[in-house]
Amino acid sequence: LHLFVQACLLGLLTGGVYALMASGLALGFGVMRVINVAQGALIILGAYLSYSLQRSIGIDPFLGLVLLTPAMFLLGVVLQLVFLRPLRDGQEREELSLLVTWAIALGIEGILARTYQTTYRSTHTSYADRSWIVDGYHLSEPRVFAFIVSAIVLGLLFVVLHRTGLGRAIRATVQNPTSARLLGIDTRMVAAVGFGLSVATASAAGAVYGIVFTFNPGSHYDLISRLLSIVVLGGLGSLGGAVVAAMFMGLAEALFAAEISPTWSSFAFFAVLIVVLVIRPQGLFGARVRGAM
Amino acid sequence: VRRIRPLGVARAALVFGGLVLLPLVEHAPWVVDLFIFTLMYAALASAWNILGGYSGYISLGHAAFFGVGAYAIAITFTRTSIGSGYRPFLVLPLVGIGVGLASIPIGWVAFRTRAATFAIVTITLLFVVQQLAFNLHSLTQGSQGLAIPPPRFDPFERPFYYAMLALLALAVLASWWIRGSTLGLALLAIRDDEDRARGLGVQTTFAKLTAFSVSAGLVAMVGGVWAYYLAFIYPQFAVDPLVTIGMVLMVYLGGRGTVWGPVLGAFILVPAQKYLAYREGASNFYLIAYAAVFLLVMLLLPRGILPTIQEWARRLRARTEPSSTAGEAVVS
Repeated sequence: LHLFVQACLLGLLTGGVYALMASGLALGFGVMRVINVAQGALIILGAYLSYSLQRSIGIDPFLGLVLLTPAMFLLGVVLQLVFLRPLRDGQEREELSLLVTWAIALGIEGILARTYQTTYRSTHTSYADRSWIVDGYHLSEPRVFAFIVSAIVLGLLFVVLHRTGLGRAIRATVQNPTSARLLGIDTRMVAAVGFGLSVATASAAGAVYGIVFTFNPGSHYDLISRLLSIVVLGGLGSLGGAVVAAMFMGLAEALFAAEISPTWSSFAFFAVLIVVLVIRPQGLFGARVRGAM
Repeated sequence: VRRIRPLGVARAALVFGGLVLLPLVEHAPWVVDLFIFTLMYAALASAWNILGGYSGYISLGHAAFFGVGAYAIAITFTRTSIGSGYRPFLVLPLVGIGVGLASIPIGWVAFRTRAATFAIVTITLLFVVQQLAFNLHSLTQGSQGLAIPPPRFDPFERPFYYAMLALLALAVLASWWIRGSTLGLALLAIRDDEDRARGLGVQTTFAKLTAFSVSAGLVAMVGGVWAYYLAFIYPQFAVDPLVTIGMVLMVYLGGRGTVWGPVLGAFILVPAQKYLAYREGASNFYLIAYAAVFLLVMLLLPRGILPTIQEWARRLRARTEPSSTAGEAVVS
């Protein structure tokens, strides 16, 4: 039982980080029907940037977010304006966005591989190897901090979406772009800002990822395959669904690793995904999404 | 509607006749090597087009079938005493049929979703197969990779060249035949409006699964030849997202849903890619260049070269002789 509880704790902590990562993806789809395959690469970019900040000027990765988040927000807005806005509206927009963002991911991977080479790195902090022991259970400090930061950023995202005028405009655009436009919302601006927000979450996710895991420019594939499973499981475009699915997947992965085999733990993701697709193709909370059956 | 038109036959004869003669005229190994990869991607893109181009279902997991085919051939070498020579080529049809059949249950699960969700599910298929190649150590030797004893052909490249050419011919023939068949009409109807097609009595699931299976089987055979040619395969190269991206990009560049578009796309992109990789190989620059080409194609030529040219030709004809072309449908 000790092992089981330990695995549950680890799973929930990891799930929190997944929730943060997947929230950006879900937001991007909700606002603009863009499936951002580059989200994984952007998270790795965030991880490298916070690694560099810490290496060169000695800024703690969590403090560095104050600098990184606005920068990533701007990057998101620029990417949206240059690459995603020109896509024509219509049936194929989602598929085209998938391919375009995949190309962006390749570009980011190429740039990172040129700048940092392909050796594995990880952000070293003074608390990297420390852990708290509560009632016999190990809670590694970086993972707990990572969970807390993820929770804070998700909370901020929730506040922005539900307590501000901008958030209201974004939610209106998610629900019905045409009506939103008729009501005088500049949906093109909302799309740019929404994409900026979703990319901005990648800075926090990246900082956290860099502390907890080792990474190299190719790591984004591993990341995005998990994130996409989470988002499909939660129901495309549903932010709450993504968070619940992320916690669930984090748990499933940790339990699988503890009880069955660590090398096969990423299969927990795919196994869950297949079962869900067979029973409920629209995902757990995906009733509202059109086009996805 | 399938018609055997003299012009079409002449075009196919010209292309394939030229390609058959090429290695007899040109002996430089690097040229033949370049053409092997060009033919390989042309075959892959044509196979992908049968599903992605006709039905509009974008599968991003076809590299998984490529990898399965590659491993099937490599494992045949390690488990049986097949010996190197021409016999492994005879195993290929079995690989194709086997993977084609095995892809049906996978397709059945994936086709429960549509549009973007389908694309995502097929991406996860790619990573599942890659993970399997890493983890099924007893079968694939994991990250160590599998070695195949290289055959003693003289000249070495020629049999592989003709194998790839044969697969390309098969893929193009299948594309052409399906496009003119009831199956092709069903697929095109699905692309335009799946719900309406089903409402009108089109067997949508059957059509989608058939296209998926044919496409997967062809891709697996190409993967098998590739593995035999390289003589050494690793999980990250046999099941490579870049292979998927290559197929998709070439189809989009040449023209989705056309018979020759994917071939044209491959003949433009593969030499360009090889040139970049040769010049900038070590520096990862080719990834950036690849991304740039992809973005340009998607943003500037989303319909592809062939459909754009056909559109121009049609407009030009409409301007010169307005009366005769009024009711003519687009034929490709």
